[in-house]
Amino acid sequence: MANIKLTIDNKVVEVPAGTTILEAARQNNIHIPTLCYMNLGDMNIENKPGGCRVCVVEVEGRKNLAPSCATNVAEGMVVKTNTVRVLNARATVVELILSDHPADCLICAKNGNCELQTLAQDLGIRKISYQGEQSTYREDTSPSIIRDVDKCIMCRRCETMCNDVQTVGALSAINRGFEAVVATAFEQNLEKSTCTYCGQCVAVCPTGALTEVDHTQQLIRDLADPNKTVVVQTAPAVRAALGEEFGNEPGTLVTGKMAAALRRLGFDHVFDTDFAADLTIMEEGTELLGRLNKFLAGDKNVPLPILTSCCPAWVNFFEHNFPEMRDIPSTARSPQQMFGAIAKTYFADKIGVNRKELVVVSIMPCLAKKYECQRDEFSVDNDPDVNYSISTRELAHLIKQSNMDFNNLPDEDFDNPLGESTGAAVIFGTTGGVIEAATRTAYEVQTGKNLENVDFEQLRGFEGIRSATIDFDGTPINIGIAHGLGNARKLLESIKDGSNKFHAIEIMACPGGCIGGGGQPLHHGDSSILKARMKAIYSEDENKTLRKSHENPYIKSLYEEFLGEPLSEKAHHLLHTHYFDKSKNDIFID
Amino acid sequence: MATFKYHLLICGGTGCKASDSDGIITSLNKEIKEKGLENDVKVVTTGCFGFCEKGPIVKVLPDNTFYTQVTPGDAAEIIQEHIIKGRKVERLLYTDPETENHIADSKHMGFYQKQIRIALRNCGFIDPENLDEAISRDAYMALGKALTEMTPQEVIDEIKKSGLRGRGGGGFPTGLKWEFASKNEADQKYVVCNADEGDPGAFMDRSILEGDPHTVLEAMAICGYTMGADKGLIYIRAEYPLAIKRLKIAIDQAREYGLLGKNILGTDFNFDIELRYGAGAFVCGEETALIHSMEGERGEPTFKPPFPAESGYNGKPTNVNNVETFASVPVILLKGADWFSSIGTEKSKGTKVFALAGKINNVGLIEVPMGTTLREVIFEIGGGIKDGKKFKAVQTGGPSGGCLTEKHLDTPIDFDNLIAEGSMMGSGGMIVMDEDDCMVSVAKFYLDFTVEESCGKCTPCRIGNKRLYEILDKITKGEGTMEDLDNLKNLSNVIKDTALCGLGQTSPNPVLSTLDNFWDEYVAHVTDKKCPAGACTDLMNYNIIEENCVGCTACARACPVNCITGERKMPHHIDQAACIKCGTCMEKCKFNAIELI
Repeated sequence: MANIKLTIDNKVVEVPAGTTILEAARQNNIHIPTLCYMNLGDMNIENKPGGCRVCVVEVEGRKNLAPSCATNVAEGMVVKTNTVRVLNARATVVELILSDHPADCLICAKNGNCELQTLAQDLGIRKISYQGEQSTYREDTSPSIIRDVDKCIMCRRCETMCNDVQTVGALSAINRGFEAVVATAFEQNLEKSTCTYCGQCVAVCPTGALTEVDHTQQLIRDLADPNKTVVVQTAPAVRAALGEEFGNEPGTLVTGKMAAALRRLGFDHVFDTDFAADLTIMEEGTELLGRLNKFLAGDKNVPLPILTSCCPAWVNFFEHNFPEMRDIPSTARSPQQMFGAIAKTYFADKIGVNRKELVVVSIMPCLAKKYECQRDEFSVDNDPDVNYSISTRELAHLIKQSNMDFNNLPDEDFDNPLGESTGAAVIFGTTGGVIEAATRTAYEVQTGKNLENVDFEQLRGFEGIRSATIDFDGTPINIGIAHGLGNARKLLESIKDGSNKFHAIEIMACPGGCIGGGGQPLHHGDSSILKARMKAIYSEDENKTLRKSHENPYIKSLYEEFLGEPLSEKAHHLLHTHYFDKSKNDIFID
Repeated sequence: MATFKYHLLICGGTGCKASDSDGIITSLNKEIKEKGLENDVKVVTTGCFGFCEKGPIVKVLPDNTFYTQVTPGDAAEIIQEHIIKGRKVERLLYTDPETENHIADSKHMGFYQKQIRIALRNCGFIDPENLDEAISRDAYMALGKALTEMTPQEVIDEIKKSGLRGRGGGGFPTGLKWEFASKNEADQKYVVCNADEGDPGAFMDRSILEGDPHTVLEAMAICGYTMGADKGLIYIRAEYPLAIKRLKIAIDQAREYGLLGKNILGTDFNFDIELRYGAGAFVCGEETALIHSMEGERGEPTFKPPFPAESGYNGKPTNVNNVETFASVPVILLKGADWFSSIGTEKSKGTKVFALAGKINNVGLIEVPMGTTLREVIFEIGGGIKDGKKFKAVQTGGPSGGCLTEKHLDTPIDFDNLIAEGSMMGSGGMIVMDEDDCMVSVAKFYLDFTVEESCGKCTPCRIGNKRLYEILDKITKGEGTMEDLDNLKNLSNVIKDTALCGLGQTSPNPVLSTLDNFWDEYVAHVTDKKCPAGACTDLMNYNIIEENCVGCTACARACPVNCITGERKMPHHIDQAACIKCGTCMEKCKFNAIELI
């Protein structure tokens, strides 16, 4: 495309046609502030309703100010981003937003991490000239997400994530004028909506309107209770992002420091969800091969493709949207729940503790996990296998509260027996990782041959929908991958209409997989952060001696001592689940 | 075909229907039948005559007698006197307020003398539910001419040459808009008629659709021919049931006659029209919001570009024009661009329909050539201010317009002049105010409307307008400060400068224009805590004039909060702290002993 020459703040710049003023300015180190605008470039996710009007600039010859996020450059354009007129307009607009925003910054969950707060500070707002009525809405708490709608600034980012990216459709703008706000249909509780608790709305919300349910207080109490044995499991994606909360570069791996911090917080046993990820591969991989071999033997009724089931938001999604396909996903529970089930049986027996006195806590990059561990089918006599889940962000707060100098903690290891894992488990944290891990094991089990190169580059990447064919020693196995529920929907539709024939499909609800989960440190729309986390995950895998789940010695002894073999009756009882048709629950009116 | 000696035309517009024009029709038909005149007299229900102040109207043809404020009880006299005896019913004729003479023929009334009716040319002349009557007044002739004698480009050129500009408020040249839409290639294109009339007190579009629906259908087909669209959509608010009913009838009739549908008039041109109902959101008059609403999305505007001409309804090239714009098109093709452009001013050609309302004698629907002055409209056509009061201001352009004053009265009305004076043409609402109107309250009234009608998408409109309203409210309650006036001005300018769509960009106009033209009135509210017009009750006190008070106790008995005390036959007293300023005491007092100061 041809280049366009224009002047921004007296500087002549040249950019490709079709560039917005905002982009043109940023490329030339002129940073026009924005609020509603969000661009996750590599994932093709853009939110630019042009609603906040913070990014307005003066364009010569134009009668009103132009929103730079949505105005394309033109040849010879003269743009000014910092005139009195612009600065006054920008400050007035932010004052207006503040005039309808609770001023409880000091005790807000987003304090210090709020884009509106930062903006007000950057613009030097010291008073709000326009005081008046403030909007008040009902607060809504679901198992995972809290909506404090009074803090909604109508940036519509959550709406973009929920509708355009995830195609969940739980949130959209309702009402008009001053009453306009983003909410569920008929302002019902999120629990009554099609929400999957993926938390992508929370991840992009610039203010405290959408936050996670906080379980840290409960955790502090349990840790202090001498009658309770508290064990912790940490998901793979957490270690690739937690460091960001302590000023480290995105992509800094902090596995050892995290283990050290958890031990210092007072957990009795510091375990790793990765152990359960290896276990998942044993169960899910065996299930895959079972179905595949039946299919290859000519049984055309066998449900294929097999779909992964590690992601609780994805499970919610198909229960709501594709209930008729609920016999296709693997019945394997997610690693979080496998861990809980094993911890409260095998491990509790081992240490001689009653399951009711054992508190299993998970650290997750995810908000849907908070909901998942509360599902009825994952508890025994009202005692949940996983008592509660806290997010990466909550863990960071907890570490800060506990006065630890995180960056100078020593690197420590996880405890055994539920702390050992292979590289295959680590990559569960990124899109493509679960299916790659499954492939490593399934290949060896199926072909009986040793897999030399475990790096399946063809399964990796950032593209929303990917596919690859893996040669299982002469048998081509077709694999599909989708991340982001909108992409999952497309893939599922293509299976339904028969245009795609896959043997196995991996789906993760969040863009980028768990590294981009709703509970992770906020990336504020910067996709390079997600890429750095992904790189960190793969490097952790590479540095492991064992990189195939079935080689994990503790997994081997778990089967020998307790479970028998994959898909045994005991394994079925503890490690598998069933799904529900939730489409009928999607009724908004009581 | 029967030939009638007399035609009795009766307004069947929404306004006159509300004044029982249906009852008049029933009574007239009954009288005609009783007198055995069925073959001589025909009663025709038409669209709006425009002179709503004097409605319901009954017009007798061929002698053009114009009866005003007719009731069903007048039917017998009209038939007996006028039809049978040939004598006009004098008491039902219009009385010229100056000469006090009866005027029988509307042509000679001040209200009609300065008007030129182009968009309204058939309103009040034909039965809108009868296609034959429309055809007798050249309906679909222009479509025929376009399809058989002109290329699409020639039609566009003719419209461009005529200088027709969008009547919905924007004033964008219609021919250019059509040309853009015609140049964008696509497998499907749409013509959309914007009938989402939303200005308070405006009923131009409704009257056209109720009185002459075929002219709009015809123009949409012509537009479809120029841009290569075979589908037309009319976005009309559901609160216009009569217009909807007549449009449906008109569409059915046009289809039946082969004037809509496949191979229109034997050519290979196909065009059909469907209705889409709006829920009456003002912002859906903005074309992008209108399109989103039609698509089933939230009625919110989005940026232009892309313009609807590139990507409109369902992402296809779409041309959106207002009802009145369409209504002007067929006659341009028939009479020629030169004829049309000979009317009006240099940059605003043709005529404009206004809904004249407020403190004016002749409330109604008028159509005047561009360039007519506000003075001519208000004092000659409108008959001046009601009850002999003094003219104070006129609000043009609806809630987005500004208030113009005495000094603007000789401004020729056109798109550019009104903008230059701080107001705008808008879709044609015109509300006249007199000395009793408080301009701060007027600004507050319009802001109340825009606050209610904002879609809430952009900050300045969602919160800014609300804050403007709150400041104005404070001022009318006597709680304003001079700093508020500064804030009012700054905030208004920022909203104009930053709002996303036309609604927000123009919503501060009533504030800015009243600040400009009535600054002293604002200051009086703020510093003296007085409302010079006596309209802001919070700034007024009811007071008993002791020398007039006879102590009849009527006021004290009527006061709902019992704040008036006094002995019988002794002057009474109002407890100002308890008074809720309802005005009941003043209404009840027969001795002019209560004043408002």
